[in-house]
Amino acid sequence: MPDIKFGTSLPSLNEKEAVDEVVESHGPVTIEVSERLVYGGKQRQKERRHLLLPALHALQRASGWISPGGLDYACRILEVPPAEAYGVATFYHLFSDQPPNGDQILHVCNDIACGLNEADDLIDGLKKEGYETKSSPCLGQCERGSAVFVQRVASDDSVLFDTDPKEFQKSLTKSSEKELIKLPQAGSDHLRLLSRIGIVDPNSLEEYRSLGGYEALVKALEIGDEQIIEEVTKSGLRGRGGAAFPTGIKWKAVAEEKRRVHHLVCNADESEPGTFKDRILMENDPFALIESMTIAALAVGAEKGWFYIRGEYPLAKQRLIQAIEKAEKSGLLGEDILGSGRKFDIELRSGAGAYICGEETALFNSIEGFRGEPRNKPPFPTTNGLFNEPTVVNNVETLANIPRIILNGGEAYASEGTDQSSGTRLFCLSGRVALPGLYEFEFGATLAEVLDAAGGFSGSGNLKTILLGGAAGSFVTPESINLPLTFEDTRNAGVSLGSGVIMPFSDEDDLTKTVLRIAEFFRDESCGQCVPCRVGTVRQEELLIRAADKQSFNTDISLFDDLATVMSDASICGLGHTAASAVRSALNLGLMETK
Amino acid sequence: MNETTKTPSETLVEISLNDKKISAPAGSTILDVCKQADIETPTLCWAENLTPVNACRVCVVEVEGSRALVPSCSRPIEEGMVVSTDSERVNTSRRMVLELLASSVELDRADKEILEWIIHYGSNPDRMGNSNEIKTSKQPVKIQDDLYVRDYERCILCYKCVEACGEEAQHTFAITTAGRGFEAHISTEFDIELPDSACVYCGNCIGVCPTGALVFKTEHDMREDNSWNPDEQTITETVCGFCGVGCNLELHTQDEKIVKVTSPADHSVTEGHLCIKGRFGWQHAQPKN
Repeated sequence: MPDIKFGTSLPSLNEKEAVDEVVESHGPVTIEVSERLVYGGKQRQKERRHLLLPALHALQRASGWISPGGLDYACRILEVPPAEAYGVATFYHLFSDQPPNGDQILHVCNDIACGLNEADDLIDGLKKEGYETKSSPCLGQCERGSAVFVQRVASDDSVLFDTDPKEFQKSLTKSSEKELIKLPQAGSDHLRLLSRIGIVDPNSLEEYRSLGGYEALVKALEIGDEQIIEEVTKSGLRGRGGAAFPTGIKWKAVAEEKRRVHHLVCNADESEPGTFKDRILMENDPFALIESMTIAALAVGAEKGWFYIRGEYPLAKQRLIQAIEKAEKSGLLGEDILGSGRKFDIELRSGAGAYICGEETALFNSIEGFRGEPRNKPPFPTTNGLFNEPTVVNNVETLANIPRIILNGGEAYASEGTDQSSGTRLFCLSGRVALPGLYEFEFGATLAEVLDAAGGFSGSGNLKTILLGGAAGSFVTPESINLPLTFEDTRNAGVSLGSGVIMPFSDEDDLTKTVLRIAEFFRDESCGQCVPCRVGTVRQEELLIRAADKQSFNTDISLFDDLATVMSDASICGLGHTAASAVRSALNLGLMETK
Repeated sequence: MNETTKTPSETLVEISLNDKKISAPAGSTILDVCKQADIETPTLCWAENLTPVNACRVCVVEVEGSRALVPSCSRPIEEGMVVSTDSERVNTSRRMVLELLASSVELDRADKEILEWIIHYGSNPDRMGNSNEIKTSKQPVKIQDDLYVRDYERCILCYKCVEACGEEAQHTFAITTAGRGFEAHISTEFDIELPDSACVYCGNCIGVCPTGALVFKTEHDMREDNSWNPDEQTITETVCGFCGVGCNLELHTQDEKIVKVTSPADHSVTEGHLCIKGRFGWQHAQPKN
């Protein structure tokens, strides 16, 4: 054994079995070789460290917390120093280092969208009924309202919505997972990414193939890797995760890297408040994402694929796991894809309650079994990504565009949308709209057109403001209603499409509460690594609370400006860079002073 | 391992630093070049014997073409890079980083230059609010043995102690950063007491701490009874006699008593790090009172 000092606490039998099961999927649990043999301890540690996050999940599920005995056992098996593993475990909100009070914890969303649906009353009601309840940041169920993520001991997690605290026990046992989703735009022939949603059985590979699934992969194998990248470049596809980086350029950079192994990561850690688009794609058309990843992997020469999905999406996770298994059995993944001799595997990894892990380098650290702290860039993922190897990271929605580009060609794809924003875009509508839900539009549609499709503003009072792009985006006034929702037009207007969030508010809504919730969100989700974000997000929230008490911002505006400047200029990653963005727009528009 | 042993590259790279052309070996960081040009740059989490973690952000500079400011401690120079270290943006961020730290952490025992930078950049931590109203890292001092004192309300989370305990020097991995956001803190697993942890009392964490959060118990006790007086201390260089490695020791003595032991960070054998014997094994050299 390496020179690591372990503890003396013992695991329970459940905990031991849970960890063993995770490790067994990757080789023998204990490796009986001496330190002096060729296969050095250091290398073994490196190869198995990435199993720490799954092992922590297994421990949390087995006994409802990360116990000293359980953690110590995982550390012995994976050869990780216990202090380091403790640092990793305490990084995530879904892991607890305290024993549980019961066999379930309810994480109730009280973020900006659910906050409009009296989420705080729901939390109080559930607490009164005796449930162990925690308030939660956005659970990505914004179109359905008042979401509750039920984290269970020794059983599967689930998500419930629109529940009455008194009827909660009944809701817990009722399963709605078999129901097919109904999209507001269902049946419309302009749907691209959403064309199969609500139509295809997400558990059936046969149905997916009968609706055109895997035709793109067949064609991709015919045209060859270089041509795939050529078509994606011609398509003008840009990343849908928020940064809008051209996908073709990213792929080309990794394809040209001579170092091996290459990785392909699908970033499904969708956690931006108000965003649920990736969840709907994963839950309802999982094979499309597996096919898209396979095509991307061929193009960039990736042998290894990783699907990093947020921990609060149990249904999407379950459907993706079965989709991966079915694709493997049918020769669509694995050692010899469709008889081409090409090889590609996908491993699914679940986050554990950390918005920051959607940042690509934090995501790498999370998969690798370290704290999900972002790395400094450069170097960029294309050269030094996952395991320090060349890596492509794409958002779920970005990847979902790939089969269409391959089947119809990049030029055909680029003919839709505008010059700089090609194709279609998904928009997540929630808040004060008549028909909340997921919408797809060709780039160029205006805010007004998208809102109209969702039945327009709804609720008492008048439309006061619209939050564009999520908590990291900004508030705009109703005067911006004719803004075309493209990358270039939003950038010129000084706002951002972000993850496609469109959330209208009424002049009767408590916008002070909304803005404070956004500040609380960033304070809560800051990883704590760099000073500007770790302390800046705390000071920003304190400043807003003081201002809300006094009903005045006059005294503190220069302090706010300085906080916003240091966070956006000097933080390590995008979380700090955008932590003051929505708040600043709210202050500029005087949104906190109207109530 | 840190990379202080790598040989300097022969190739020179030219950059513009505050409108002056300057050449330095390829692989140098912006901070290296600033030092070469005698431009004082504040640093907190950087140390010459550790790999940069670029977490404190006080050393940021402006690089043309980069949207955000850039940590000078870790960014290698590139041909034609245009760097300014004294722009309004740079000074605002440096002032704010120090202001944010000073508003949340007790800094009165920090390295002298940190206190000088706070004045130099005009940081005014008081405007963040009264310390009773705002969140700070105030907490009780941890004294769990006769050698260390850990006073985490002085901790700026620079990660140096974690680095020195882990891969960078000691490979003991007794401490880590636990928790997240403002609650992030240095801890053993489940916050067990230091003597029960993997700690081997090498004192290398104390050696790298810039703010007095980690100190020798001797220093802590003397500070508490106001007898700690660095101006009256003499430093005597010697070689540790416990084994044959040849570690350089610096004995800090006050009133003819050893009060602290360090090793020079640029010493080829120690790189500033010692073991428990060199660091603490001097009690026999003086009478117990």
